[in-house]
Amino acid sequence: MAEIRQYKGIKHYLVIIVLISITVIMMIPLFYIVNTSFRPWAEIKSYPPKLVYEPSIGSYIRVFTARTVYPSGTTPSDEELAAMTWYEQIVYKDTNEEVVRRGDFPKRYANSLLISITTTLLTVILGTIAAYGFSRFKVRGEGNLLFFILSTRMLPPVIVVIPVFLMYRTVGLNDSYIGLILLYTAFNVSFAVWVLKGFIDEIPREYEEAAMVDGYTRWETFRKVVLPQSVTGIAATAVFVFIFSWNEYAFAFLLTRNTAQTVPAWLPYQMGVLGYDWGAAAAGSVLFLIPAMILTILLRKHLVRGISFGAIRK
Amino acid sequence: MADIVLKNVYKRFGDFTAVKDLNLNVFDKEFLVLLGPSGCGKTTTLRMISGLELPSEGQIILDNEDVTQKRASRRDIAFVFQLFALYPHLSVYNNISFPLKTQGIDKKQIEVEVQKIAKLLQIDHILKKKPKQLSGGDLQRVALGRGLIRKPKAMLLDEPIGTLDAKFREEMRTELKNLHIDSGSTTVYVTHDQVEAMDMGDRIAVMNHSLLQQIGEPHEVYSNPKNLFVAQFIGSPGMNFLEMESVTSDGKVLLKFTGDGTTIILPDFLEEKINNKKELSKITWGVRPEDVEIVPEGTKNSLRGAVFVIENMGNHKIIDIKLKDGTLIRVRELPKSKLRIGDNVSITFDMKMVRLFDTESGDSIVFQE
Repeated sequence: MAEIRQYKGIKHYLVIIVLISITVIMMIPLFYIVNTSFRPWAEIKSYPPKLVYEPSIGSYIRVFTARTVYPSGTTPSDEELAAMTWYEQIVYKDTNEEVVRRGDFPKRYANSLLISITTTLLTVILGTIAAYGFSRFKVRGEGNLLFFILSTRMLPPVIVVIPVFLMYRTVGLNDSYIGLILLYTAFNVSFAVWVLKGFIDEIPREYEEAAMVDGYTRWETFRKVVLPQSVTGIAATAVFVFIFSWNEYAFAFLLTRNTAQTVPAWLPYQMGVLGYDWGAAAAGSVLFLIPAMILTILLRKHLVRGISFGAIRK
Repeated sequence: MADIVLKNVYKRFGDFTAVKDLNLNVFDKEFLVLLGPSGCGKTTTLRMISGLELPSEGQIILDNEDVTQKRASRRDIAFVFQLFALYPHLSVYNNISFPLKTQGIDKKQIEVEVQKIAKLLQIDHILKKKPKQLSGGDLQRVALGRGLIRKPKAMLLDEPIGTLDAKFREEMRTELKNLHIDSGSTTVYVTHDQVEAMDMGDRIAVMNHSLLQQIGEPHEVYSNPKNLFVAQFIGSPGMNFLEMESVTSDGKVLLKFTGDGTTIILPDFLEEKINNKKELSKITWGVRPEDVEIVPEGTKNSLRGAVFVIENMGNHKIIDIKLKDGTLIRVRELPKSKLRIGDNVSITFDMKMVRLFDTESGDSIVFQE
């Protein structure tokens, strides 16, 4: 017995060590980005990098502002210095720049949120209803239709970037919210239908039949019996769809310029007068990570069940 | 509360006919059991009464109203499913009150009704729990509560106690029966378990291969089966069957046991029945275990055999007699029986209780309408 327990102990620790190593390796990029975002301007490009430094929020200020460099030889007067806000002072001290206006980041961020949230809502609503239909009714050519829906996922989206660009230009959807939302929804509905159909298939029909016998219409039954029971599937789908549209780069890059530009398309352009601003790019990335993280953490219970779905048969 | 009438009802699923030409009357306040093996069409019949399936042909009349084309939600019928189908996301209270909520009844009234039902079913202490936390019996009671609360025109139950363990099943049978008496609702109950059917039904409708085989009170289907299927499906242990041939000797009709050639002299009333069907030669002789008597070897008008297996059931013994050709005949004996395995014996039959069937069609020759 004792030996067995000892063996078990070693195995247990081995597992923990392996898990910790994997976690550390996976976390390195994240750590690196967060770390870079808090480095003071002078430290960002220093080599070898210093391990200990005084953290600065200069990069975060830069990502939110547009600036110009003071012409060489000129410096702000003492009065001008005194009149500067705290963040203007930090910018001045770091890079010898003057803040001219608020930057584009908040607007891009709002664009990303608007497009991703609308896409997620649309996809989940359409997907749930379509999946319910496929799951519960005899749909003529069901197999073919489902295959057709799936086939939209068989090629990488990048392949259709150019045709979509040309079409969008013709119909005037370039650089519009509706353009990106439509595109993202179209790409994700197929995924949503397949995932949600699986979930709804698992809900025994008896629940709906019981409700219908009890005087509920098909639609009421769907709302009061099917929806509450597919929460897990809907949550998992929502997270995936949100993250897809939140991260999407290729279409956003090509189809948007200004009005509807999202963070991924905008973030790489942190070129300033003083060279590429790694600090601002890192700060922007950290802020960009937050919504996806919050959503994933909030829905993690459903997510785990959603990912492992089908692995265990009751 | 109401009566239910099915007239020439058919249900087809593609090429498969699940129910054929069904005519059935369920009387007001009656407890009717639909009995049959799986796939016989009994559940389809129940679902057609509920409106979850619409018949392909025929008419369904509920409380003197033709509801054939009405959807389930418009029929005012309660359905208890095999696996209860309690909504897992709702508490017991909300499960039971679910049917009332769509009727626009105010909350206080709903609460009064739920409490009343919960008391009747003794589930008032679990109203806040979720179905996941309940035992099989409580699930059953909640499902019944959800059905009864609306005071529906009829209650339909689809093998509602099939998943419970044996001992508990017996308790639930009694409980269901009492509940039916208390609530007085017209009830149609589907089961494949003939013991349940015999125990609970005011009448039993036996179905097989999509066809209604026989309908009658439990003792009728037990002692006066219309055909071979009903005879073998009802009763535990089942009816014994012997293959016979009718022969004529000295102007009298005798039956010859094909196994060993022994002839059996028939009483007049049986002989007459066979005479009425002259073209018949192959006859299946059916007799229940309690209507066989073990007699000393060589008794007149008997069949020879030997004791093969003895099952001691406590209040009686079931003794298997192996006849010469290997046919087993099960006999119900008193527990004090001294027979041992291997004993040579003979058996005779209670001629009044013997059932004769046309071997080919399976129909009873002695069926009394």
